[in-house]
Amino acid sequence: MSFWEKIGSFDRRYIFLLIALTVIIPLLLPIGMSITITNEVKSVYDYIDALPPGSAILVSMDFDPASLAELYPMTLAVLKHAYTKKVRVVGMTLWITGASLGDMVMKEAAEGIAEVDKDYTYLGFVPSGAVAIMRIGQDISSVFNVDYNGKPISEIPVMKGIKNYKDISLVVDLAAGSTPEAWIIYAGTPHRVPIAIGVTAVSAVGYYPFLNAKQLIGLIGGMKGAAEYEKLIQTSGAASLGMDSQSVAHTAIILLIIIANASYFVVRRKKTAES
Amino acid sequence: MKLRLPLLLCFLCGIFMIFQFFIPPFTSVYDKLLNWVMIISIPALVLGVSSLIKLHYTRIVRKTPNMPYSIVVFVAMIVMASIGLIGGTGVGTWFGWLFINVQIPMQATMFSLLAFYVASAAYRAFRARTLEATLMLVTAVIVMLARVPIGDFLWQHIMPDSVVQWRANLPEDVAGWILNVPSMAARRGIILGISLGAIATSVKIILGIERSYMGAGE
Repeated sequence: MSFWEKIGSFDRRYIFLLIALTVIIPLLLPIGMSITITNEVKSVYDYIDALPPGSAILVSMDFDPASLAELYPMTLAVLKHAYTKKVRVVGMTLWITGASLGDMVMKEAAEGIAEVDKDYTYLGFVPSGAVAIMRIGQDISSVFNVDYNGKPISEIPVMKGIKNYKDISLVVDLAAGSTPEAWIIYAGTPHRVPIAIGVTAVSAVGYYPFLNAKQLIGLIGGMKGAAEYEKLIQTSGAASLGMDSQSVAHTAIILLIIIANASYFVVRRKKTAES
Repeated sequence: MKLRLPLLLCFLCGIFMIFQFFIPPFTSVYDKLLNWVMIISIPALVLGVSSLIKLHYTRIVRKTPNMPYSIVVFVAMIVMASIGLIGGTGVGTWFGWLFINVQIPMQATMFSLLAFYVASAAYRAFRARTLEATLMLVTAVIVMLARVPIGDFLWQHIMPDSVVQWRANLPEDVAGWILNVPSMAARRGIILGISLGAIATSVKIILGIERSYMGAGE
C-alpha cells in the first residue's frame, strides 16, 4: 500500500484525537483572534439598544441542553443587554427540556443588574407551540396565568400593562428547532411585532430568506453570532472563548478534506495509469 | 358512520377555520378553538409517556438485550418526576441540581460527538468526484473558513497590504454573499415548495381525499 493509499484509509481514531486537540488546546491557550461584527447581529443589538427604558421584550428560549454551547451564551448576552438598557424582559419557552435552562439563564444574566418581578419575569414552559403563540396575540394571561414559580402574573409588577403583542416591542426567539418559523407566521406577520432570532449555526442558513424579506429584524447565528453579540456589549463570555477552538477545528477539518482529496486524485490517477 | 363522522367533522372544522379568518364575529369562536387545541395537546404528553412506559416495560418483561437501558429509563423517570413533584423544579432545588449535573452534561456530550463524526465523515466522503460535488466542497470550505474569525485572520496576515486595504474582510463578505444570494434562493425555493405541498395536503384532508390520519392509510 502506497503512502497516498494509506492516507486515504486513515484510522478514524486519529481524526477524533486531532479534533479533540484542536478544541482543547485553544481553550487552554487562547489565541484571541478578532471577531468581525456582521450586519445581521448588529441589527439585533441596535434594535434593543434603541428601545426606550420600560419597553417590554418577549424572550422565548426554545432550546435544550444539546444546543447549550451555542444558544446559552447568546441568550445570556441578549438578556444582559436588555437588563442594562432597563428594558422589561418576559421569558418563556416552548420546549419542555428548556424550562429549567430558561430559569437558569435569566437568573444568571440578572446578577447585579436586574431584579426578578421588577425588571424581568420567567413564565416557564407552555405546550403546543404555534397555538400558544397565537393565543399570546389575544391575551398572554390566557396562556400563562402564573409564572414559573407559581406566582399569579397579575401580581408581577413587570407584567403590568402587558396584555398581548401590542404591548411588546420585540420578540426574541432563541431556538434550536423550527420555532422561529412559528413566531414569524403566527406573531410577526399577523400582529406586526418585530422578531429577532438566535439559532444554531447549522440552522442559521435556513432563516436568511426571512431576514431578506424583513420578516426578521436580525439573526444571531451559532457561537460566532453569540461572540459578536458579546463583543457588542463589551464582554468576553463563553462564546468569545470558544471562537479560537472553533476556528482551529474548522481549519483542521478543511486540511483533512484537502489531504483526503489529494489522496483520492493521486490514487485514481495511479489506477487509471495501471489500467 | 364510523368513517363518515370523522370526515364530516374534519370538513366542517377545516372550512370553518378558513372562513372565520375573513369574518370578524367568529373571532371569539376561533379563540375558544385555540383553547381546545391547547387542551388536547396536554393529553398528547400523557399518551407519549404511556407509550414510552409500555415500550420499556415490554423490553424488561421479555428480557431483551437492551433491558438494562429500559431499567435506567424507569429509574430516571421515577426519580426526576418524584423529586420535581415534591421539591419543585427551579434553580436551587434537587431537580435543578440533577438537571444541571446529569442531564445537561449528558445531552451536551451527545451533541458534541457530532464534531468528531462530522470530521471523520468529511474526511472519508467529501470528494471532488463531480462538478456538483466540487462546487459544494469549495462553497463549504469558504463558508467554514469565513464564518469563524480565522478566515479574516488568515486573509489579513497572508495577503499583501494593498489587497487587505482593498477588502479587509473579503472572506466574510464572500460567505455573506453565498448565504444571501445562492443559498437563500435555493432555500426560498424549498420553502415555497413545502408551503404549496402543505396547502395541497390540507385541502385534500379537508375534502376527505387524504385519510391516512384516520389510521393505517385506509
